[in-house]
Amino acid sequence: MSTVKLTVNGKAVAVDVEDRTLLVQLLRDHLNLTGTHVGCDTSQCGACVVHMDGRAVKSCTMLAGQADGASITTIEGIAKGDELHPMQAAFRDNHGLQCGYCTPGMIMSAIDIVHRHGGQLDEATVRTELEGNICRCTGYHNIVKAVLDAAGRMKVSQAAE
Amino acid sequence: MGVEGIGARVVRKEDKRFITGKGRYVDDIKLVGMTHAHFIRSPHAHAKVKGIDSSAALKMPGVVAVLTGREIVDDKVGNLICGWAITSKDGSPMKMGAWPAMAPETVRFVGQAVAVVIAESKNLARDAAEAVAVDYEELPAVADVQAAIKSGAPQLHPEAPGNQVYDWVIGDEGATDAAFAKAANVVKLDVTNNRLAPNAMEPRAAIADYDAAEEHFTLYTTSQNPHVARLVLSAFYNIAPEHKLRVIAPDVGGGFGSKIFIYPEEMVALWASKKVGRPVKWTGDRTEAFLTDAHGRDHVTHAEMAFDANNKITGFKVKTYANFGAYMSLFSSSVPTYLYATLLSGQYNIPAIHAEVIGVYTNTTPVDAYRGAGRPEASYLIERLMETAARQLKVDPAELRRTNFITQFPHQTPVIMAYDTGDFNASLDAAMKAIDYAGFAARKAQAKSQGKLRGIGVSCYIEACGIAPSKAVGSLGAGVGLWESAEVRVNPVGTIEILTGSHSHGQGHETTFCQLVADRLGVPISQVSIVHGDTDKVQFGMGTYGSRSAAVGLTAILKAMEKMESKAKKIAAHALEASEADIVIENGEFKVTGTDKAIALPMVALAAYTAHNLPDGMEPGLKESAFYDPTNFTFPAGTYICELEVDPGTGKTSFVDFVAADDFGRLINPMIVEGQVHGGLVQGIGQALLEHAIYDANGQPVTASFMDYAMPRADDVPSFNLSHTTTLCPGNPLGIKGCGEAGAIGASAAVINAITDAIGKNNLEMPATPDRVWRTINAA
Repeated sequence: MSTVKLTVNGKAVAVDVEDRTLLVQLLRDHLNLTGTHVGCDTSQCGACVVHMDGRAVKSCTMLAGQADGASITTIEGIAKGDELHPMQAAFRDNHGLQCGYCTPGMIMSAIDIVHRHGGQLDEATVRTELEGNICRCTGYHNIVKAVLDAAGRMKVSQAAE
Repeated sequence: MGVEGIGARVVRKEDKRFITGKGRYVDDIKLVGMTHAHFIRSPHAHAKVKGIDSSAALKMPGVVAVLTGREIVDDKVGNLICGWAITSKDGSPMKMGAWPAMAPETVRFVGQAVAVVIAESKNLARDAAEAVAVDYEELPAVADVQAAIKSGAPQLHPEAPGNQVYDWVIGDEGATDAAFAKAANVVKLDVTNNRLAPNAMEPRAAIADYDAAEEHFTLYTTSQNPHVARLVLSAFYNIAPEHKLRVIAPDVGGGFGSKIFIYPEEMVALWASKKVGRPVKWTGDRTEAFLTDAHGRDHVTHAEMAFDANNKITGFKVKTYANFGAYMSLFSSSVPTYLYATLLSGQYNIPAIHAEVIGVYTNTTPVDAYRGAGRPEASYLIERLMETAARQLKVDPAELRRTNFITQFPHQTPVIMAYDTGDFNASLDAAMKAIDYAGFAARKAQAKSQGKLRGIGVSCYIEACGIAPSKAVGSLGAGVGLWESAEVRVNPVGTIEILTGSHSHGQGHETTFCQLVADRLGVPISQVSIVHGDTDKVQFGMGTYGSRSAAVGLTAILKAMEKMESKAKKIAAHALEASEADIVIENGEFKVTGTDKAIALPMVALAAYTAHNLPDGMEPGLKESAFYDPTNFTFPAGTYICELEVDPGTGKTSFVDFVAADDFGRLINPMIVEGQVHGGLVQGIGQALLEHAIYDANGQPVTASFMDYAMPRADDVPSFNLSHTTTLCPGNPLGIKGCGEAGAIGASAAVINAITDAIGKNNLEMPATPDRVWRTINAA
């Protein structure tokens, strides 16, 4: 057993876990943050994507101990109170989700994509960048639309800040 | 239609919880005292279980129990059933071997469970499973359908000699042979419909909770039809009588057919919960999904089509071998028969059809309904044949289809189905216009100058949805009725709850079903809630599959609404001292037509519940229910056209354009309908280009993770150009046909027709991987 100390969605936490505990298990099983999902166990589907120190990572493919000292943001931590993150709003407005299972990972990856590309996105880039997130419901059409829409919204909200 | 009524693109009510991480899936649920199950699964495709030694595992910390197949059989938990009886051409019933929830003696596919470890945590259960020693005696195995029917092939079940479950026929063989005898041209095609793994993104999961004092079970499960699960678990598996079993399917992360079935894991979790006296949770991992979720498709077919001198189809002969895997899953028997061969007329006027379907056991994962279920196999076969015929007869493929379209409705096909309505020329026209079919030759020449092979492929699909009229399916062998039920509860404050037997696992019922209420009553959808997925809340229901939830489920809601409105109008008329016939409902008010007299819905509801001043003899309350049984299937149809380029140097396919023109009848929420089409198209494209559940000759699965099985990813597929043509379905009052499966049914033929057009060679099997396309281009 080890104690992992980290910041999750802005709150400092210390959790005693078995050394083999994965980051996603710490989030889901120990902190009850069940918005982060497990879809494949092999780092392929991206349902488990969270942000570690601002960077998208697959939380099923790292040990909780590797996140010691890090700041983790999950799907539960991106809205400001009742105000949705622009990416969340864009997924809703563009019908970018159906069953919702891949959605948290998609949104977390998509935010990272927009950050990395500085809002200079086109359809082909979004499709290439979403390679690590699998959706079985939407055929990606509306997810791509949502990400492009959100890229515009995030630019506007950044300019406003 | 109103901003939230029928036809409006209303943003989904359910989205907020999913985009904020507040969805509640089975694996998100924790119960006090919950234990965790891990299954011990056969690594062999066919073997005798000689013994199981769990002594070391039982000594490990945190292990609660190790339970085996022998114990579950001894406790008289029922074998898994197949719910649709099919009769062979010789009149004999289908031949089936027993399928126990865990194998006591013989395993017949890799992944079949032989035992389960129950422990304090998931990791401890996994650790202990490693310490359970299972002694297997390997037996010869067979995975390929054609190998399995050869004499001398390994035999799976003594009940099914030659591994044959049934040899079933449909249609008029004599008339078909006569058509071929007189044919001007005969077109032949051999087609394999590749086996697919459904791969809903949420792996299956179950939590069983036994209450010893009440002798009552609660099951949380990833189900598309919780009431059907309760019925089967009660009536056939001896888990508990229905009133002692509550089944809850909360948020479910996709199904595509694979979550219709009641699987061994749910049965074992329930049984084990009683055994250990604590809640038992099982959550599958992705490899378990590949090994145990019912697969789809897997047909091998030879087909011949007869044409007269005017290129009119005169006859169609089909022989299909359907691979069922090692056991007959719940609805498996109906998929290659009544869901496949009854659609072999396609959109065409074909006077004579004869089909023979041979169902075969192999040492592979059981096969059952997967998005489209039989109809994609039929549509792919017909549309590949039409393209092959056009090439052989040297006519334009679109024109050959037009020559043969059914244009008069209703139309009785030679294979049971009676198409009620449609306009196949309209959807073909719309798709051809959208893709600029006329300009294709110039685009092909342009692409050629850049070293690319450009192709165009047409697919005109039809499907039978709105499953299904109970009397009709009963006469064909179905073990259940396929109606739907609904209840409308108007609360005393005027808010409305709709209880439905349909189940949403991505389809957006919480929005579309509210839109019907908004449309009829003129109330905002925020005042309406949809209750589903819990057998203690909803009286009954047959669930969601077969594109049935709008055509059947929503019609049941409409019927209940009509009853409720009738009573509410009586109350309003009484309160307003007007005639019931003069009451109209507008904007949430009951108005006396032609006057300014009105009473708001909440006041009517309050009057119903206070019962201080109701018409004489009227019962208090405002709540009505209805069961709706459709009178016919519905027949969504449309045309998909795909334009793509093949790189002759690599065999890689790149999409240029993909258009879809669908006729779904009335659309409740076009945004949601489009989403259904997008998803279906990508599953069809996935089958055409990427996906294949492969077994080696010994029955070892080669594709059991997302690292081996090529799921469509965002950069594999295009954006789509969708349009709709409309003929209203006459079979239900809303005119709805259904939209959930169309994309998966129609897309794969469009893709393969386009690739074979591009490369100028007709024979190409799915999935058309770059390697396979390159080899086909370069074959002698």
